[in-house]
Amino acid sequence: MSEVQAPAAYVAPKARSLFEPHRIVLMLIFAGLIFCVAWFMRWDWLPRYQSRLLYGVGQTLLMLFSTAIVGFLFAVPLGLVQVTGPKPLALLARGFCTLIRGTPLLLQLWLLYYGLGSLFAQFPEIRSSFLWPYLRQAWPYGFTALMISFAAYEGEVMRGAFAGVPKGELEAGRAFGMGRFTLFRRIWLPRAIHRALPTLTGETVLQLKSTPLVATVTVVDVYAIISRVRQETFLTYEPLLLLALIYLCLTGMLVYAFRLLEKRIPTRGA
Amino acid sequence: MDATLQLLSIGSPGWGGVLLAGLAASMQVAFGGFLLGLVIGTGGAAGKLWGGPVLRDLLEVYTTVVRGVPELVLILILYYAGTDAVNQLMALLGLPSVDISGLAAGIFVIGVVQGAYSTEVLRGAIQSIPPGQIEAARAYGMSPLLALRRVTLPAMLPFALPGLSNLWLIATKDTALLAVVGFAELTLVTRQAAGTTKAYMTFFLAAGALYLAVTLISNLVIGMIEKRALRGMARPGGAT
Repeated sequence: MSEVQAPAAYVAPKARSLFEPHRIVLMLIFAGLIFCVAWFMRWDWLPRYQSRLLYGVGQTLLMLFSTAIVGFLFAVPLGLVQVTGPKPLALLARGFCTLIRGTPLLLQLWLLYYGLGSLFAQFPEIRSSFLWPYLRQAWPYGFTALMISFAAYEGEVMRGAFAGVPKGELEAGRAFGMGRFTLFRRIWLPRAIHRALPTLTGETVLQLKSTPLVATVTVVDVYAIISRVRQETFLTYEPLLLLALIYLCLTGMLVYAFRLLEKRIPTRGA
Repeated sequence: MDATLQLLSIGSPGWGGVLLAGLAASMQVAFGGFLLGLVIGTGGAAGKLWGGPVLRDLLEVYTTVVRGVPELVLILILYYAGTDAVNQLMALLGLPSVDISGLAAGIFVIGVVQGAYSTEVLRGAIQSIPPGQIEAARAYGMSPLLALRRVTLPAMLPFALPGLSNLWLIATKDTALLAVVGFAELTLVTRQAAGTTKAYMTFFLAAGALYLAVTLISNLVIGMIEKRALRGMARPGGAT
């Protein structure tokens, strides 16, 4: 290859079969590596923690889906307001997104849990109210922090998606005599979601990868369980590698689920 | 209000100096990690585009694994297991164990994470260069290296800049995760200051303001760089 690459070299190579010779060799090497690693490592703790690990995975998924769904419900108005809303409201939404996206999630989480939590404790009205038992737990704080962050990131995505829907489609809707709400529900929102879906996949994966942070404020998710294992068994590598494997599987399944959704949505929305 | 200002003062009674030192540590890690990520990413992108099938598959495994596992988990693995592995290797070679500084470990960890993302950003950017420009370089008789330096790299910059600026902002915020492994960066020292003085809101809001300042200043600088990189060019994909 002494010459500069011809343009063809820049075209992504065609998706090849899983069973090409070099891939089979690579997979054998990887399998051998994994076998060696697993052989020298200790896995006798696994049965003892099995049920707790499953519970942790469930909690992680619960945290992911609850924050993703509620966060998306907030993201839609956040994006829409920035495109069509009155100026002050649009600026407010813009500022909110900048504020949340400009600071680390861990800091926001700790601000809510330690900061707001300690602030609540100073007011006797709150301490004696029926909300107090909930406010003393970590779950609501983790949920709120993740949900707000998700809403801010997805709000940006939705802003772009709303702005990108071709004007002609909205005009067509208006020509059909649709009211503003019907136009939004039948045309604008479905087209925007369709456009945003690939980016939403990425954002949701990022959201899944932020969930272990809630373990730092004592929410018991799969990461917290693994930390427990590490403390109790004094093992360095094994629990962490298992955790990485669990998250890889979860990410893969999430991406696959979104692929299915992407295939399904255009037939309904457009 | 007065008490709050006293808490945040740079001098002895306040914790402002501690916070600023934490910010400096964060920025060092972010900068080092971002640069290391760029180096890894450049190599990774070149490997994915021009490498053989084996190299391509290996890089695919790297990017897929790093992008599929939470940063926090990667940081734990690389930070604990990485330092442990280095020391075991040293023991195997009969050398005394080394004490790896938190800064070096932090830069390494953030760099490996960033490398996977920048591989994809740079690969995509190189792929979106119009083929005609490279053909033109070849027609002028440029050698591959010269074409890379004079045509490919400058031409890919407009496509790579949005992704790279995103990565820089992610790097600044990923440093906060090092608080979990006990590296004294901004978030950790903030929590220590807050815990000592019980003024949680004050310190977390102050740290938030510092992070936000970094983001806003970065945005300004990125805007300037983009303006310079895009001079004399039609903006790709419409102006935003």
